[in-house]
Amino acid sequence: MNYNELVAIKERALKAMGPRAADHTLKEIKERTVLVCGGTGCTSGKSRVILEEFREEVAKAGLSDRVKVIMTGCFGLCALGPVVIVYPEGAFYSQVHPEYVHEIVESHLVNNTVLTKYLYKETVKEEGVIKALNETDFYRKQHRLALRNCGVIDPENVEEYIARDGYLALYKVLTSMSQDDVVKVMLDSGLRGRGGAGFPTGRKWMFAKASQADKKFVLCNADEGDPGAFMDRSVLEGDPHAVLEAMAIAAYTIGSDQGYIYVRAEYPIAVQRLRIAIKQANEYGLLGNNIFGTGFNFNVEVRLGAGAFVCGEETALMVSIEGNRGEPRPRPPFPAVKGLFAKPTILNNVETYANVAQIILNGAEWFASMGTEKSKGTKVFALGGKITNTGLVEVPMGTTLREIIEEIGGGIPNSKKFKAAQTGGPSGGCIPAEKMDVAIDYDNLIAIGSMMGSGGLIVMDEDNCMVDIAKFFLEFTVDESCGKCTPCRIGTKRLYELLTKVTNGTAELEDLDKMEELCKYIKENSLCGLGQTAPNPVLSTLRYFRDEYVAHVVEKRCPAGVCKNLVSYSIQPDKCKGCTACARKCPVGAISGTVKNPHVIDKAKCIKCGACMATCKFGAIVKG
Amino acid sequence: MVNIKINNIPVSVEEGTTILQAAKKIGIRIPTLCYMKDINAIGACRICVVEVKGARSLVAACVYPVNEGMEVFTDTPKVRASRKTTLELILSDHNKSCLSCDRNTHCELQDLSYEYGCDINRFSGEHHECEKDVSTPYLVRDNSKCVLCRRCVAVCRKIQEVGVIGPVKRGFKTHIGCAFENDLNDSPCVACGQCINVCPTGALHEREEIDEVRAAIADPEKIVIAGPAPSVRAGLGEEFGYPMGTNVEGKMITALRMLGFDKVFDVNFSADLTIMEEANELVERIQKGGKLPMFTSCSPGWVRYLEYYYPELIPNVSTCKSPQQMFGAIVKTYYAEKLGVDPSKLYVVSIMPCTAKKFEKGRPDQSASGYPDIDAVLTTRELAKMIKQNGILFNELVDGEVDSPLGIYTGAGVIFGATGGVMEAALRTAAETITGKPLENVEFKKVRGTKGIKEATYDIGGKTVKVAVASGIANAKKICEKVSKGKCDYTFIEIMCCPGGCVNGGGQPIMSSVVRENTDYKALRASVLYKADKKCGLRKSHDNPVIKEIYDNYLGKPGSHKAHEILHTSYVKRERYKK
Repeated sequence: MNYNELVAIKERALKAMGPRAADHTLKEIKERTVLVCGGTGCTSGKSRVILEEFREEVAKAGLSDRVKVIMTGCFGLCALGPVVIVYPEGAFYSQVHPEYVHEIVESHLVNNTVLTKYLYKETVKEEGVIKALNETDFYRKQHRLALRNCGVIDPENVEEYIARDGYLALYKVLTSMSQDDVVKVMLDSGLRGRGGAGFPTGRKWMFAKASQADKKFVLCNADEGDPGAFMDRSVLEGDPHAVLEAMAIAAYTIGSDQGYIYVRAEYPIAVQRLRIAIKQANEYGLLGNNIFGTGFNFNVEVRLGAGAFVCGEETALMVSIEGNRGEPRPRPPFPAVKGLFAKPTILNNVETYANVAQIILNGAEWFASMGTEKSKGTKVFALGGKITNTGLVEVPMGTTLREIIEEIGGGIPNSKKFKAAQTGGPSGGCIPAEKMDVAIDYDNLIAIGSMMGSGGLIVMDEDNCMVDIAKFFLEFTVDESCGKCTPCRIGTKRLYELLTKVTNGTAELEDLDKMEELCKYIKENSLCGLGQTAPNPVLSTLRYFRDEYVAHVVEKRCPAGVCKNLVSYSIQPDKCKGCTACARKCPVGAISGTVKNPHVIDKAKCIKCGACMATCKFGAIVKG
Repeated sequence: MVNIKINNIPVSVEEGTTILQAAKKIGIRIPTLCYMKDINAIGACRICVVEVKGARSLVAACVYPVNEGMEVFTDTPKVRASRKTTLELILSDHNKSCLSCDRNTHCELQDLSYEYGCDINRFSGEHHECEKDVSTPYLVRDNSKCVLCRRCVAVCRKIQEVGVIGPVKRGFKTHIGCAFENDLNDSPCVACGQCINVCPTGALHEREEIDEVRAAIADPEKIVIAGPAPSVRAGLGEEFGYPMGTNVEGKMITALRMLGFDKVFDVNFSADLTIMEEANELVERIQKGGKLPMFTSCSPGWVRYLEYYYPELIPNVSTCKSPQQMFGAIVKTYYAEKLGVDPSKLYVVSIMPCTAKKFEKGRPDQSASGYPDIDAVLTTRELAKMIKQNGILFNELVDGEVDSPLGIYTGAGVIFGATGGVMEAALRTAAETITGKPLENVEFKKVRGTKGIKEATYDIGGKTVKVAVASGIANAKKICEKVSKGKCDYTFIEIMCCPGGCVNGGGQPIMSSVVRENTDYKALRASVLYKADKKCGLRKSHDNPVIKEIYDNYLGKPGSHKAHEILHTSYVKRERYKK
C-alpha cells in the first residue's frame, strides 16, 4: 500500500458509499442509502432481521442498483432502537419492526414518500417535512468526534473507513513525523485518558518512548465493565479501524511492533468486528510488516477478558494477558517502564484512541480549542436510568449536567423530579441537583466528589433512595474486588454490611461515622484504583444526601419508599371499595376482606412487593 | 545511590531498594504480614503501609522503591491507625479460636494484633464460607484462619515450582484452594509441607497423629517404639527456647521415654541401613550396567514429585525404601523375631521433620512384616506439643541414651538430614566397596552447603564418578529436565524435596518471616548434624556393628533376596488430575 493507492481507494469508496448525510437541496433523488443500526441494543431488537428484510424488499422492488442497504454502528439514540436512517432525506425511523419494512420500502423508496408515522417524532416538523437530525434536541448540542464514524460507515468494510480519511493519519505519521513530533502533538492537544483517571495521553507515550527495551507493547483497554457504560463497545462496533489506526500510531511513537486489544468476551459483536477489521487491515497492508513501505511493522491481536471488572485496571489487565489470574500488582514500576511481560507498555482506552487520528490530521490546536482549560476535546457519555433519551451522547468537555440531562437527554420521564446523577460508575459519585450547572470536566467532577470514569451517566429521580443506590454500587465492587488486598476485600464488605444496617433500619448514628472512617481508610490503603475509589458512591451520598441516611437511622423511614424493611403498606378503609382486586393480586395472601367491604393487609404476611398498590384503582393503598 | 529520609533520619541506599529494606538498614522494623523476601513482595495485606511526603495515599513499604529525596514516615498516628484497622478487618473475618489454636504464641497475626492493641471485635460481620480440607493424610487446610497473605502460594509456586494452590474466586469469597476447587488430595501436591512452614497463622498444619500415638501408648498390649529422624534433634530445641543450631538429642531421648515409649531407637540407624542397600544398588548399577544416573529415594516428597511429573524417570530411582520405612520394616521383622513377639504387637512411631512421611507410611508395598512398617508419624512440632502437653520440663531434662540395638548409628546416618548428606554417606560406603580399601578422608565437602544444586566429580578406584545434589523441587526439576533429555553425565543424584534438605522439612518448628529472612536457618540446623558426624567414632555406615550383625545373622548381604523383600519397594505413575 502506498499513498496513491490509499487515495484511490478513498475516492472509489466515497463514490460507492452513496449518500451518507442529509442533503435537502436535492431536487431529484437518484440514489439512497438505508443505514440499519447494528449496535448491540438494536441488534437485540432484531435489527439484523430488519437489515435482511430491507435487502430482500429492495431487491424485490428492483431498486438494488439505486439503493444501498448498509449495517452501521450505533447512532446513539438507543432508547428508540431499532433505528433505520434513510439518506439523503435523513429520515430517522425509530422502533422499527421487521413488519414495517415492506411498507417503508413501498412508500419511501419506491414512491418517494417518507413514511412519517414511523419516524422519530422529534424529527417531524409537519406532515411530510423532516427536521434535520442535528436540529433535534438529542443531536443539536452533541459534537461527534470519537463517534464520528459510528452510524455512518459500515464497520465491516475497511474501504468505508478509508473513505472517511481513514489511515491518512497513520500515513502522515509514518512518512513525515518523528516520534518526538507525535509526542509533542499529543501533549499539545491536551488529550487525557478517557478510561477514567484522565492521565495525559502524550505524557504516557513520552514515558514509554523514553524507556529503553528490546520489545515494547501497545495495548487497548476495551474491558469496559461499569454498569451502564457502553461507549467503548459502540466505538468498537461502529468504528473499529479508528482504534487500530491509533494503536499503530502509538506503536510507531514509542517504538513497538506488537499490540493487544483486551476486550470483554461479553461483547461478541465488538469482538467479531475487531477481528474482521484486523484481517482487512492486514490484507490492505495497513497493519503487518513494512506498512506504507516505511519499514514499520505492527501486528495486533485480540485478547478476550473473562468478565472480571478489575481487569480494566491496567496492571490487572496485563497480568491477565500474560495468562495469570487478573489481579493488580503494585506500582511503581509503572507500565511505561515495566508493563506487559515486564516490557515498556502503554495502555489506552478505546475512546482515547478514537480521538488520535483526528488530532494528527487536524492538529493539536484544533483539538485543544474544544473543552475547558484542563480537559480538552469531547467526552462520550452513556445516558441511562431515569431519562427519556437513553443512549450515547458525545459533548464538548465543559458541557453542564443540566444541558446533558434536560436538553440532550430529554429530561426525566413521567414528570418526576431529578434527584441525582451518578457518573464514573462504581468508582464515581452522585451529583445532586444543586450541582447540575457545574461544567463537566475531569477536575470539576473530582472536586464535587465524583469522577469522569469511563463515562457512564445514570440519572436518578425522586423515587430513588440514595442509600439504596450507594448500596447497589458498593455491592458491585464487593463482588468485583479481586480479593488481593485487605481494605478492598474485607473493608468494602464491612462497609456494605453497615449500609445494609442502614437500609434495614437497624443502624445507629455512630454507624454513619464508622462508615465514613472506613471509606477514608479504604481509599487510602487499597492496592489499586478499584479499592481506592470503591467508597466514592457512599462518600458522595453521605455528603449530599446525609438527611436520607439520618431518616433511615433515626426515624426508621426510607423517604423514597424503596427500602423494604422500612416500608409498610396499608389500606385506607374510606377509600377501599371492596373490589377484591388487591386480594386476588397479592402473591402471599396477605390481604383479606369480603366483597364491597374495606380490605385489610396482614403486615406479618406482607412481603412489600407493592403489587396491591399498583392494582388498586381507587388509590386506597398507601405506602408509608 | 539514592538518598532519602526515613522518620527524618537520612539514609543512602542502592537504587531499586524498597522502603522496607531501607528502613531496616537504619534499625526500623516496618511490620509485615504477607511479605516474604524474594518470593512474596506483592503488597497485598497493607500492614506495611507508610506515609510518603507528597504521595496521594499511603504506600506499601514492601514493594515501593525509594527515589531521590523521598521523605518517609513509618510511625505516624495515621500509619498506626491504618495498620490497626487493617488488622481489625482481618480479625473480623478470622476464626479467633486463638486460645487452643495450634499456632497460639507462634502466630504472626496474634503478634501484630498485640503490637497494635487491636479491638478484635471492632468490625463484626459475615465470615467467608469455607470447609476444612482434611482430604490428605498429611495436611489440614483451615481457611477460616487464612489471612490470604499467599505465602503458601508463593512457596508452592516459586520455591517448589509445583503450584498446586492459588487464589480461587473473587472479592470476599476469595480463598486459597486447588484447581477446579478440588481437594488437595485430588491435586499433584508433593506433600512437602513448606506451605505450613510459611503460614503466618494456624490456617495450615499437619494432620496430627498425637491422639493415635497416645492411644497406643495407653494400650498395655502394644510395645510402642519411637524412631526420631536425624533432623529432629537439630530442630526440636527451637520449640523450647534453645538457639537455632542446638543439638538436643539427649533431652529428646529422655522426653520420649517420659512420654511412655517402650523403646527409643533412632532412625539414624536405619539411615545407615539405607546406605548399605543404596550404595550396593549403585555399585551394582555401575558394575552391571544398570539404569543410570541413579536417584536417591529417601525423600517421599521427591518420590511423589517424580511419580506425578517425571514418571519416565521411575527406573532411575533407587528401589530402596526410605530410612523411615526401613526402620519400621526391620523393627517388625528382625526385631520382632528377636523379641519373640508377633509384629502386630509392635507399634512403630517415627518422629520426622516432614509431612510427606505421613503420606509415605500409607504407600503400597510398605508392609514387610505383613503389617504397615510404620504405624504413626509425628512431626518435630507434634513431638514438641506432646512434650509440652505432658508437663515435661524439657530444658531441665538430663540427657538420655538410646536403646539397643536399633539406636546405634554412625556419622554417615546423622548427616542424612542435610542436603548432600545422603550423597556423602553413600560415597563413603561406595568408595570403600569399589576400591576395597579404607577411605582416607571421609568428608566429601563439595556436596555440602545449602546451595540448591551442587555438582562434584570424584575419582573412585580409578573410575570418575560425577554426582549431583539438589534440594527443593525447583532445583530437582532442573535436574530432571536434564536427565530426561539425556543431557547429563551424572552417575548418582541425591534429591531432597525441601530446600536445604530435611533440616528445613515441612514438619520442623515454625519460624516467623522475620526470622526466616534474617537467619541462615538451613546452615545452622545442618551444622548440628555435621558436628555430630565429626564426634562419631564410626563415620561409615558399613562400620555400624548392628548393621553388620543384621546382615550376618538375618539379611545375608546387601541386595540379597531377603533384603529386597524387606527393604525395597516400587513406584507408580500418578495422574496429576482425575480425568
